[in-house]
Amino acid sequence: MRRVVVTGLGMVSPLGGDVETTWKNIIASKSGAATITRFDASEYKCRIACEVKPADHEYGYDAGLDVDHKIQRQVDPFIVYGISAASQALRDAGLDNMSEEDRLRAGCSIGSGIGGLPGIESESLVLANRGPGRVSPHFVHGRLINLISGQVSIKYGLMGPNHAVVTACSTGAHSIGDAARMIALDDADVMLAGGAESAICPIGIAGFAQARALSTAFNDTPEKASRPYDVNRDGFVMGEGAGVVVLEEYERAKARGAKIYAEVVGYGLSGDAYHVTAPHPEGNGAYRSMEMALRKSGLGLGDIDYVNAHGTSTPLGDELELGAVKRLFGEHLGTMSMSSTKSAIGHLLGGAGAVESIFCILALRDQIVPPTLNLDEPSESCKGVDLVPHVAKERKVRAVLNNSFGFGGTNASLIMKAV
Amino acid sequence: MSETADRVKKIVVEHLGVEAEKVTEDASFIDDLGADSLDIVELVMAFEEEFGVEIPDDAAEKIATVKDAIDYIDSKQ
Repeated sequence: MRRVVVTGLGMVSPLGGDVETTWKNIIASKSGAATITRFDASEYKCRIACEVKPADHEYGYDAGLDVDHKIQRQVDPFIVYGISAASQALRDAGLDNMSEEDRLRAGCSIGSGIGGLPGIESESLVLANRGPGRVSPHFVHGRLINLISGQVSIKYGLMGPNHAVVTACSTGAHSIGDAARMIALDDADVMLAGGAESAICPIGIAGFAQARALSTAFNDTPEKASRPYDVNRDGFVMGEGAGVVVLEEYERAKARGAKIYAEVVGYGLSGDAYHVTAPHPEGNGAYRSMEMALRKSGLGLGDIDYVNAHGTSTPLGDELELGAVKRLFGEHLGTMSMSSTKSAIGHLLGGAGAVESIFCILALRDQIVPPTLNLDEPSESCKGVDLVPHVAKERKVRAVLNNSFGFGGTNASLIMKAV
Repeated sequence: MSETADRVKKIVVEHLGVEAEKVTEDASFIDDLGADSLDIVELVMAFEEEFGVEIPDDAAEKIATVKDAIDYIDSKQ
């Protein structure tokens, strides 16, 4: 099998319009959470979210840098974020101007968990209130999940595999894992892979709140709401944004002298076969996903220095993931660090696995692991696990594991290491 | 320039994201302003909204330039 490495990174997040701004803020223990501004949420049980900030904000995002005005108007924000992150990643890799021959072997696998929910909501209201003749002609292709890949392939002329994963909150991790396999199996030499989400709209917040998934006890102190592993956690905080990486066949990357961030060495996938929203009570799906990734990687447990946890800040989910990690790592638990960056940027749903894989890669690059914010009072089961409370920690990082788990009982784990 | 022309051009600039100077009366939506067939459907909807007129599909198909749009709207008002 061909080896696959990461040679470019791109991101739009609640803490920055690009990778380095976001990372700087993550390491500085900043929180992207605040009162919802997209709509009047004052009557909602959950009134907070981690929104991507406007361009004039200290760490805002400027869509106009990479996305045409016309496209911004026609498509949902998750697609706009995805195009921006993909453009950044291609430039970072030095591949934004490939020859036609190279572009025939370059593709996209950028997915989303939900897709264009804000646009589906608003256009449904147009239909109901003003009739079918007023629905936008761009409604369908401006909301479809595979239209990040579609738009990016058109923008950059990428003629290889054009794919989009939809596995709820595992989307970003599955996208990277699947795309890495496409390169390993010789379907492509370069893949843009990742995920995006933007579902901070009335129906999105109401729907997740009704499913009892969102934090509702911290509406007056939004930056305290996402608190994975803390005894007072009460649900996740909705985030939004996109993460995209450039994956490249190793020999090709080496031959052109590319900057190589990491090698994707392990990918595991599993299904809980248990419940639509609740994780398996023994965390078996999570365990098998991590175990498969580890087996494929050829690494030992003692080689994994950092785990970026799924850790959404829900009472049940955090506990079960922690249990599965403890069971898997056993005697090696004491030498690794594990944290949840959802404490800072919230839960990016279909984008989560991608942005968190990028944080893993940056931990490898900078030899520092990001913190778990708000971990004031760890739950009983946290004993013996370094959850990097409150502040980032410099330490040796040789290999990293990223976990993502989604509704429907879908699990993905990625292992990457320095080359 | 007529009031209709001003309002039409403003809608075209907003929807297609083009510079105002490019939106001359002779400009073709597709050839000069980078629109595709769906953009024209959307523009026609915006004209209907702005001017309170109905532009049936067969009439919309004949609107190729900015002037075509202005003339059609003026003829219905």
